[in-house]
Amino acid sequence: MTKIIKIRRGLDLPLVGEAEKVVTGYSAKTYAMKPTDFAGLVPRLRVKEGDVVKAGSPLFVDKFNERVTFTSPVSGRIEEIVRGEKRKVLEIRVVKSEMDEYEEFRKGDPASMTPEEIKDELLKSGLWPLIRQRPYAIIANPDHQPKAIHISGFDSAPLAPDYDLIIHGKADEFQTGLNALVKLAPKVHLNLRKGEGVSKVLLNSKGVQINYFEGPHPAGNPGIQIHHIGPVNKGEVVWYLRATDVLLIGRLFLEGRYRPEKVVALTGGGVKKPQYLRMTAGACMEGIALQHVKEGNYRIISGNVLTGTNIGHNGFLGYYDWQISVIREGKYHEFLGWALPGADKLSASGTFLSRLFPGKKFDPDTNLHGGERAFVLTGQYEKVLPMDIYPVYLLKAILAQNIDKMEQLGIYEVAEEDFALCEFVCASKIEVQSIIRQGLDLMRKEMS
Amino acid sequence: MKAIRNYLDKIKPQFQKGGKYEKFHSTFDAFETFLFVPDRVTHTGSHIRDALDMKRTMTMVIIALIPTLLFGIWNAGYQFYLSQGQEAGFWTIVWEGFLRVLPIIVVSYVTGLAIEFAFAQARGHEVNEGFLVSGMLIPLVMPVNIPLWMVAVATAFAVIIGKEAFGGTGMNVFNPALLARAFIFFAYPGDITGDKVWVAGLTTGQAVDGFSGATPLAHAAAYQIDQIPPLHDLFLGFIPGSIGETSKLAIFIGAAILIITGIGSWKIMFSALLGGLTMSYIFNLVGANPYMEIPPLTQIMMGSFLFGIVYMATDPVSAAQTEKGKYIYGFLIGLFSIMIRVFNPAYPEGTMLAILLMNTFAPLIDHYVVEANISKRMKRSAKLTNA
Repeated sequence: MTKIIKIRRGLDLPLVGEAEKVVTGYSAKTYAMKPTDFAGLVPRLRVKEGDVVKAGSPLFVDKFNERVTFTSPVSGRIEEIVRGEKRKVLEIRVVKSEMDEYEEFRKGDPASMTPEEIKDELLKSGLWPLIRQRPYAIIANPDHQPKAIHISGFDSAPLAPDYDLIIHGKADEFQTGLNALVKLAPKVHLNLRKGEGVSKVLLNSKGVQINYFEGPHPAGNPGIQIHHIGPVNKGEVVWYLRATDVLLIGRLFLEGRYRPEKVVALTGGGVKKPQYLRMTAGACMEGIALQHVKEGNYRIISGNVLTGTNIGHNGFLGYYDWQISVIREGKYHEFLGWALPGADKLSASGTFLSRLFPGKKFDPDTNLHGGERAFVLTGQYEKVLPMDIYPVYLLKAILAQNIDKMEQLGIYEVAEEDFALCEFVCASKIEVQSIIRQGLDLMRKEMS
Repeated sequence: MKAIRNYLDKIKPQFQKGGKYEKFHSTFDAFETFLFVPDRVTHTGSHIRDALDMKRTMTMVIIALIPTLLFGIWNAGYQFYLSQGQEAGFWTIVWEGFLRVLPIIVVSYVTGLAIEFAFAQARGHEVNEGFLVSGMLIPLVMPVNIPLWMVAVATAFAVIIGKEAFGGTGMNVFNPALLARAFIFFAYPGDITGDKVWVAGLTTGQAVDGFSGATPLAHAAAYQIDQIPPLHDLFLGFIPGSIGETSKLAIFIGAAILIITGIGSWKIMFSALLGGLTMSYIFNLVGANPYMEIPPLTQIMMGSFLFGIVYMATDPVSAAQTEKGKYIYGFLIGLFSIMIRVFNPAYPEGTMLAILLMNTFAPLIDHYVVEANISKRMKRSAKLTNA
């Protein structure tokens, strides 16, 4: 039973620097896995500096569920284990070897495997963490039985990569990935964008229920899709991942190897020639910073500008990311900036002259554009959050650490990424996403 | 501009921790951020942020108030010369009105901002922009003859008891500007009621024969329905009244600015208008006295009804916070404004009391709206556990 869901509230940010649909190769000397990419994870290291690893060799595991393994994206030698405050592990850097060597996993059609065998293979190869769960927006617990799995078939974030381009011509990998996922849950939803140009690979998927979504960002967020198709209730678990991640899963079963090659969109006003780059997961940004980023003070973000991570010019692509955004740093004082007409200012409100130029694209920087204040304006968040949730009440419940209220107001259904636009539009400059994450962490601690 | 920046950078260390004027950090910060948008960048979460901030927000409301202010200044002069039975040129009228209105604005801002700065200083907070709007609203809801010391006392009361006691901008229960007006209304009723206070010079001087200075509402309350000025005079605002309330045209321009920029809630304005018309129409049907028989359109054009629902009811902090709640909140304000106006024998206008009353009930309205959402979610979960 196909559903068509129209999302009315939300916001598409018109930014410059959309990636041209050209794919070129990119390789780095160093690759890294970052335990910090995974919310709430406490890593237990399985390697030390100097060890030699293959692609697919374990680097660390989840301390509280050691079956969940995180593996090396490439073969090579462990160059450095970077630690932060309190010796927290930040990065495990691997220098890539000349010859690619792979750990061998079982090759075969998942359709003829048992769910346990599939889980085992995903866990061992390091692909399991691609599957996340609601509540809490963390890596799925393999011991749970989910109500459903949701696969988002498009990304609606600013300058997001075009999944149709990435998935094009990879019908085998995609369908094999789906075959594995359908074994893990009673129902698998594939949520596609309604409209022209959706890849045949996605449209011809078998064994899953296809739903269509139309409307502005965050329509592509799995959280929004789950909310509209079958919201998470207390005690229920829903798993979710992105269609691009399904490719990696399919490839594992087809090749018997962990080969996390991605086609990553290099986007934003700070890129000389925005385009797609074929690279292996965890690649170092050094070469990109030298070759592709304009002169000046720019920030390199792994992911999109709303939810990504500032990784610096020598950082590494994040585990979940298929996009790199480069934007200008905004560390400057602007004389009477709040009073100017603002023909070039990006705002969801109608308070700047730029409102008079529909279709105009913007090149925003990282300036906060104001000081932090108490909640004053109302109705701002509601306009960009297409969920039946009262955002300000939920945020206040989190700040007050009121567990009951958080539960009643729908904390199980949300993730910080769903509130990213709220944070963007907030005139009081409140750090909405951090507050939501605090709430999720608190809730998880309370329930375990 | 560069020179100002350099100067600020030079003296900044003295206002920071360990500096000579550390105590005046908030004051320095307020002036610095007024002149320059800070160079702070995003660290967590969204890397880009909307260019809209609190200063811009408040500026927009002030811009929306400017038409009413300009007309108010002109009308203060116009009513003065009318009461004296003299002819005067446009600029003479404006100058007269300007001299009458400016002191009230100055007193309101100086008193309010001094208190805001002192509180921010004592708390070590940044200075909030909220008073920029309240400071303009207070003069606009006053009669032009209001003694200045009363403006100062009322402003102080509104800011200290109405706002800072609750924790500052964003935490207040009542609209500060309305609180200032209500304070004068209850503490010094003689100076804010009657026929003499609305026209400059009437409290002390003499008017020409035949000029009473009575507002349309006063006529209505006295059942002198034929004395109410025609609709187009009510709309354009050539009538006595509080400084900012008389011209409905200016208020409509302001409302348009608030709605287009998205700063003021059209839901509140629209539902309040609907509430006012509904109540007037119901009174028309009852028709127990001449006041009740006033047509709905005339009813909403009189007094401060439109000024109240456009600028006061939409104050986001004291209004209902939920979108559904805003409809209920606005509608009841409209309803009560007209109801109080017609039933209250002591005071001809009802908008102020209606908005303050609904400020009190706004959290309750929100509570029920949010409870409905919660119970929907709980029912969904309960169905699951039973199945």
